[in-house]
Amino acid sequence: MTTAALPNNSIPDRSFWQRNQQTWAPWLFLAPAILFFAFYVIFPVFQSFNLSLYEWDGLGEAEYIGLRNYEDLYYEFIDRDAFYTSLKNNIIWLVMYLLAIPAGLFIALFLNQTVTGIRLYKSLFFFPFVISQVVVGLVFTWFYDPAFGILNVVLGWVGLGPVNILGNEYTVTYGIILAGLWPQTAYCMILYLTGLNAVNPEQIEAGRLDGAKGWRMLWHVVLPQLKPATFIAFVVTIIGALRSFDLISIMTGGGPFGSSRVLAYYMFEVALSEYGFRMGYGAAIAVVLFAIMMVFICYFLWSMYREERR
Amino acid sequence: MTSLKSTLLAALAGSTMLAGAAFADGHALSGDLKIFLDTSNPAPRAAMEASIARFGEQHPDLNIETTVIDREAYKTQIRNFLTADAPDVATWYAANRMRPYVEAGLFEDVSDLWQEPEIAENLASTKGAMTIDGKQWGVPYTYYQWGVYYREDIFKELGLSEPTNWEEEKANCAKIVASGRACYTIGTKFLWTAGGWFDYLNMRTNGFDFHMQLLQGDASWESEEVRATFANWRELIDMGGFLENHQTYSWQEALPFMVNGEAAAYLMGNFAVAPLREAGLSDDQIDFYQFPAINPDVELAEDAPTDTFHIPANAANKDAARAFLRHVVSAEEQTIINAGDALGQLPVNAQSSVDDDEFLNQGFEMLSSNSPGGVAQFFDRDAPAEMAKVAMEGFQEFMVKPDNLDRILSKLERARGRIYE
Repeated sequence: MTTAALPNNSIPDRSFWQRNQQTWAPWLFLAPAILFFAFYVIFPVFQSFNLSLYEWDGLGEAEYIGLRNYEDLYYEFIDRDAFYTSLKNNIIWLVMYLLAIPAGLFIALFLNQTVTGIRLYKSLFFFPFVISQVVVGLVFTWFYDPAFGILNVVLGWVGLGPVNILGNEYTVTYGIILAGLWPQTAYCMILYLTGLNAVNPEQIEAGRLDGAKGWRMLWHVVLPQLKPATFIAFVVTIIGALRSFDLISIMTGGGPFGSSRVLAYYMFEVALSEYGFRMGYGAAIAVVLFAIMMVFICYFLWSMYREERR
Repeated sequence: MTSLKSTLLAALAGSTMLAGAAFADGHALSGDLKIFLDTSNPAPRAAMEASIARFGEQHPDLNIETTVIDREAYKTQIRNFLTADAPDVATWYAANRMRPYVEAGLFEDVSDLWQEPEIAENLASTKGAMTIDGKQWGVPYTYYQWGVYYREDIFKELGLSEPTNWEEEKANCAKIVASGRACYTIGTKFLWTAGGWFDYLNMRTNGFDFHMQLLQGDASWESEEVRATFANWRELIDMGGFLENHQTYSWQEALPFMVNGEAAAYLMGNFAVAPLREAGLSDDQIDFYQFPAINPDVELAEDAPTDTFHIPANAANKDAARAFLRHVVSAEEQTIINAGDALGQLPVNAQSSVDDDEFLNQGFEMLSSNSPGGVAQFFDRDAPAEMAKVAMEGFQEFMVKPDNLDRILSKLERARGRIYE
């Protein structure tokens, strides 16, 4: 056996794994997440698209009806029926809910100081975000109650009211949004508080030397540094507004006469509630909601991508 | 050995049974029996569990497994468990409410049970409500009357008597409103309470047959008849007869107004009696009257919602399930579970006795002798679910904004065109 005696000059024979470790490892780690995401998120999205082309009561055979569900939605929109109301309320939610961002910012600025017990104050302001949305809904329902709610008691002292916020089709959506703003403001506040910790004191100092103070200081020096926090606050608020469901369900059940519905709630009502038997129609509403969300999601992804390229 | 023992035991149990119907076929029941109940309130729950326990004593070899599901959650869960993991017996509601499951083939045809003299003779009054396409799909186990529950003491104070026609009704209401109260408390947040009002006003104005035609999609919502019903409704609304802000309250939240004397009466099912009593009203303070006649030419008809037991088509132990159905409708069992301290409702078996309760007696009397027009289930059980939802929303809107009537009716008419096809 002469060959055995020869020194082994060739490159050591590495296994497939050793050669490709660098490329494969990240994918292996990602695999479980990708698998679950594909199966529980991507796949159902396409399933919903598909279902929206059928008429199905969830029990019997599904019947293919093409785009008729969307046609019905269109007519509901034209007739200013439930779908129109839901879409309109969704837009009101989107706009009004954004108030949580400036409100959260100002509370954060107010709390961003060193006073004895500031931690307690901070946690008290953060409190509404910790309690469940169901509790928030109940508390506000009692707050608005036309017979014994504290709102009407206080209005009575100054000779006003009584008003039935949740029983009036013009005020009900705003009443619910106000309840939603309470925890959402707390959420934005926390985001800004952490953001304020990262504000560079040297830049503040430099601004001071240049004579900036008050609003100019806030607008030109502090806010630009809070941009990441603002971005996240914007994302969570938009998404929070679009998935508003629990408060509506608890406070009004979509009423009075359907005037506080939003798309998410309407979809639930049509497809899954006690009187709901129209899975296909519900799916069509979900697709519309998805399309609206997609606009925002694309914008968020695009701006994140742009940030990273910088 | 064990099989001999079980047969012996079963024979023994069978011989001691009074009704004896459960053992018509003579062989012992064994295996598992899964029962799903929606009777989640404490008293009904205890009543049903006790009834199941009595059934279990008669069939010691049967392993009975009872699951009680929250009444509201049950309404959505039933669609899953009937298809996926079916129990052997499940509760539900009669009439149109069971149609989706019957049409999807998820309920077992139990017409054979209805052929048995024990059931055919004694349950005849509810047979119609259990029949779809000429077959029976379950058995009823309880029902209850609807009507006007009122504060007897307030009526006495104002010198009023129970109205029997629409003129008396309006005269009463005018006096109640003048005393600073609402005639009727109502909470329409969850819509169905308004459906009860429509049921009665429409049945009294146009009669039972027209009401059923309308609910089954065979009559127009924009017809003169329906407009007449709403015109009558409007008379009460315009005089301030209904509790203000009712759209923000559930039916339970509307109760305190009656308890506190801010409203004089409540159009409700008999289940309202228990919370009124618990709130401290004595039987001297509450009384009951049948909804007064409006149009003298139509016969009186009533709402009496019926709760039912069904065998899912995918059930595993259908023999035992049938035996349980026989057990639960038997005269003796009906007397026990519908007693005042149990369900507190009316027995479906003609041979059972009604518990000695002021309201049950009046209800039984009314339904058995003073409802010649017919007995309806309830708005959201007689109409298809989708139509019920749209219509009840319209009723709520009408009660708040009666001027929107034309728009509401044209919306309902459009919904009719789409839903019944």
